[in-house]
Amino acid sequence: MIGETLRLKVAAVADIAPGLRHVRLVAADGGKLPPAAAGAHVQLVLAGATRTHRNAYSLVSRPGARDAWEIIVRRVPTSRGGSAYVHESLQAGDVLEAGWPGNLFAPVRTARRQLMIAGGIGITPFLSYLAEFAFSGVEHALHVCCRESERHAFDPWLADRPHVAWHWDADGHRLDIPALLAAQPMGTHLYVCGPAAMNDEVLAAAAAAGWPDTHVHCEHFGSALSGGEAFRAFLARSGIEVDVAEDESLLDAIERVGVKAPCLCRGGACGVCVTPLLEGEAEHRDHVLSAEERAAGRLIMPCVSRARAGRLVLDL
Amino acid sequence: MTIAFKPDETFRGDYTYRNSDAAVLRFPFPFPEDRYMYSVNIEPHVRSGPSDVFLRPFDVDEHYIAECRDKAITLERDPGRCQVLPHMMLAQWDTLELLMESLSADYPALFSLVKEGDDFGSRWTWTNRPLGIEQRFIFGDPATLPCEPFEYITRQAQGDFAICDQRDNNLYMDAGMVTSQADWSLEFDVGMSFMEWHGPVPLAHQTGVFERALKYLLMLRLGQPVRRLNWTMTINPRLDTSPESFPEWGPDRASVTPDNAGRKVHLRVELQTLWRLPRSNAILFPIRCYLASLEDLARVPKWGARLHRVLSTLPPELVEYKGLTRYLPAALEWLARHDDGRELPVGTESGITTL
Repeated sequence: MIGETLRLKVAAVADIAPGLRHVRLVAADGGKLPPAAAGAHVQLVLAGATRTHRNAYSLVSRPGARDAWEIIVRRVPTSRGGSAYVHESLQAGDVLEAGWPGNLFAPVRTARRQLMIAGGIGITPFLSYLAEFAFSGVEHALHVCCRESERHAFDPWLADRPHVAWHWDADGHRLDIPALLAAQPMGTHLYVCGPAAMNDEVLAAAAAAGWPDTHVHCEHFGSALSGGEAFRAFLARSGIEVDVAEDESLLDAIERVGVKAPCLCRGGACGVCVTPLLEGEAEHRDHVLSAEERAAGRLIMPCVSRARAGRLVLDL
Repeated sequence: MTIAFKPDETFRGDYTYRNSDAAVLRFPFPFPEDRYMYSVNIEPHVRSGPSDVFLRPFDVDEHYIAECRDKAITLERDPGRCQVLPHMMLAQWDTLELLMESLSADYPALFSLVKEGDDFGSRWTWTNRPLGIEQRFIFGDPATLPCEPFEYITRQAQGDFAICDQRDNNLYMDAGMVTSQADWSLEFDVGMSFMEWHGPVPLAHQTGVFERALKYLLMLRLGQPVRRLNWTMTINPRLDTSPESFPEWGPDRASVTPDNAGRKVHLRVELQTLWRLPRSNAILFPIRCYLASLEDLARVPKWGARLHRVLSTLPPELVEYKGLTRYLPAALEWLARHDDGRELPVGTESGITTL
């Protein structure tokens, strides 16, 4: 089970509610997918009209499923383009490039009770949580805040899931977050996934109620995995100008133009790729350089770090 | 590819363990340079490298049958060498699936896995020909195996295994099968966090090695395992050098002389790999142990000379931590005969194809 990228074929697309599209993906070569589990996401490469989007979507398929993965995509009016592409252009039969599943929102299995709060499409990671908790038998509850009209859109994933409560914006139906948090027994872990304002409200309520940080978990997509603004680097010794795209690392770009740079972990930990920075300001994302070294601004780890603004000149 | 197993060799008592010429040549020699110091020497666990042991994600060699038997003896005497905390059941199945899939794909003549499905609840049939095992079971149902899934599969694999649960931005050693360890105790470490179980290591904390390694491992990706080599030395080819059994092997350190060091003193190299597990999001940490005597190593001129230089310049803190103090002078005297002082090329390759 070793690999980095996958080719996925769209097996089916279906609208399950206005603005909610369900996509079923299989391995393009007809083989098996790697298993993935509760909280996992997959990053899809979506070739839009003007640029390529790399969007991460929670897998809502059965935990461990290897025949097909499923995602549900909401059409976002302010979409960077990825969700618009899924809703307007994606068709059965299309082949997409994807990364192997990642998981930045796995449930904590030492929890005595699992409490989930979802806002709208934020329910998606919890669909796989529910499947796992039903299998393991751990005590759990999911509270979903959504539009009243959407409360049945997820029914196909919620058969035999009794511990789900629905809330919407009408008198008698709103979720009283402080009251819910106050009523939880010791040993409960809280997970929240929804719009930023709702996440903030739940996190603030948990802090106010004295919940320890270790027991409160919030889903943030795309947190510092890779990429950022595109920028330009000049390799002084090689005399080569490199354009670093928003979805590639500086190291990838250096290698792409045929310059050999030493490297090992490619994750900002080992320090092997440290490179003298002759000009420009770096956005440091590594775990190696000290605060003093960062302040001095003479070194960069090209495997993870990028330009803060403008052009970088490297001694390579 | 056929492997000529040595089913009767022993890792205790009369110590009949020996390396064939091929096993010496594929030994994962860990020293690219004449001096050694800790570093974050982690790299992607790809199917290539300076030794054949890197060709497959889980290496099986001529000692497989004998090592599994030695593991069974250790477990019979001390069942606490395998411990799994209750919240680790998903990680147990992840480990079983990873090992069964890898071994059957890489060694089809030795192992096979037939599945009626991939999900929990599917019927699987596992065949291990070297150990004469055929097991039908239901994936996801521990009651259908003779013991819990992690113990079941790691009894059939060379080396030790730990599973680290990931939570609170930390790793916790919440499961282990540890029967061939370099003097550390699972009984003592089980449940500890990453910094806690690395507490005793000298010098490395000051350079921030563990902070960096932990941050890196927390981001470890599914499908992209990484590896590093670690090493120590052991008197006699003994796998079970645990604190629990110290009275059985500790005194052997006093038996080394410049004349017998070549046979008695062994370089013990651990191929450590780290794997993100798919269902549990835990990290599997296999620690595969390779043993070669100084005599074995000196048959490769570059390795004999380099080991002499590394050991003669080792910081005293590491000599003490690795437990070499008592017999290092005798080992160095033996090795000095194999070091003519010439410049050695950087790298761990043997530089030869036959002995």
